[in-house]
Amino acid sequence: MAKRSIVPFGPQHPVFPEPVHLDLVLEDEVVVGAVPSIGFVHRGLEKLVETKDYKEYIYIAERVCGICSFGHGMGYCEAVERVMNIDVPPRAKYLRTIWMEMSRIHSHLLWLGLLADALGFESLFMQSWRLREKILDMFDLTTGGRVIFSVNTPGGVLKDVDAYMLHQLLQTIDEMEQDLRPVSDAFLREYTVGTRLHGLGVLKPEDAVQLGAVGPMLRASGVPYDARKLGYAAYGELAFEPIVLTDGDSYARCELRLQEIFQSFHLIRQAVAKLPNGPIAVPVKGNPDGEYFMRIEQPRGEAVYYVRANGTKFLDRFRLRTPTTSNIPPMLELLKGCQLADVPLLILTIDPCISCTER
Amino acid sequence: MEPINEIIPIEMDQFLSTVIQFKMDKMRLVQICASRLPAQYELSYCFARELDMWTLRLVVDEDTPVPSITQMYPCAFLQENETAELFGVKIQNIEHDYNSRLYRIDRETPFKEKG
Repeated sequence: MAKRSIVPFGPQHPVFPEPVHLDLVLEDEVVVGAVPSIGFVHRGLEKLVETKDYKEYIYIAERVCGICSFGHGMGYCEAVERVMNIDVPPRAKYLRTIWMEMSRIHSHLLWLGLLADALGFESLFMQSWRLREKILDMFDLTTGGRVIFSVNTPGGVLKDVDAYMLHQLLQTIDEMEQDLRPVSDAFLREYTVGTRLHGLGVLKPEDAVQLGAVGPMLRASGVPYDARKLGYAAYGELAFEPIVLTDGDSYARCELRLQEIFQSFHLIRQAVAKLPNGPIAVPVKGNPDGEYFMRIEQPRGEAVYYVRANGTKFLDRFRLRTPTTSNIPPMLELLKGCQLADVPLLILTIDPCISCTER
Repeated sequence: MEPINEIIPIEMDQFLSTVIQFKMDKMRLVQICASRLPAQYELSYCFARELDMWTLRLVVDEDTPVPSITQMYPCAFLQENETAELFGVKIQNIEHDYNSRLYRIDRETPFKEKG
């Protein structure tokens, strides 16, 4: 009979940049159950909306996380704009789309580097993060920031881009696309990477839906849901289809993120080609009154921004349901049946963001 | 056509049966959100199928117990624990009930009072 034991995993672990703890129930080396503990660094940022002007709160929303910061600012602004029936200028919508896709490239490359590091593939880690640096430089050029951008505001964006910046951006993504191909081949064709990822943590489509999976985790299981198809920002005017893979394993989640980077290059080129002239913001007067549930596709998956306003400058409620909150329950199911040695990799393949979850 | 994003007010006696119906209709749970009203809580349960989303809106008194939906949607356990811990909503029979120890916070139910 297998010996049953409980192994505490985390909150500090070499593969985790942020604290999360799991009590792993093992039978010999096989995981049969996992109980998560989060909340080590919970900040209660949602509560601050009651004491901050709704326009000031953008700067808090985008500080929920350093990787998804642009998306958090945009999701919050889009929710407020819908409550206030604000029609954002087309140029601002396109600029938001470009920055959002740059965020996706940045986030996926960061994740690929972390995966390579967890595999012990240090040169692949270095190459992934070297490429990521280029997109951070483009953020620096177009927004003045590398982590926090502060470009969103209700009614549009605060910074415009000129022809030189767009030229540099297009040139950079051309170079990145060329450089990413051998990196992508290393992830997808290297024997050791494939051996560690193929067949690991298979999530069936029906389980993915019922367990609440979102983003690459959901689409790698064959479910074609991508919140960008809701048409917010300029996504409704761009030609793209969600990338969907059917294997549902860790390899599929890796391949899907790689394909999404190439898709983001394509979307940026489309958005730059269609970028209209005109104002980047409209003046916003008065205070919001009403409520709205806004969904956007962050790099890690669908995020929900709920805004409830009362006609004053202070909102009654802001709620952010992050992609990781939704991806933890399916992750716990995936862990059942895996080897103890595969736990760090399996957790990494959901691309957990504890900073977002501990908003 | 614009995707549906609709809020449906619901009474407690219809709540669980509607959630079961949503489950049978293969909807996924999107999120659970609590808001504070004077002496009451407003709970919003969002469900989606493809791009369409429906939000069940339940208003309960402070001491009224709310049944957990983890029997139908096991993935609700984190958000239900959060709602109970931050707001003090009395959610009953949560699978994986953390008993107000999900977050390491100093104050009990910090979101219960405004400001």
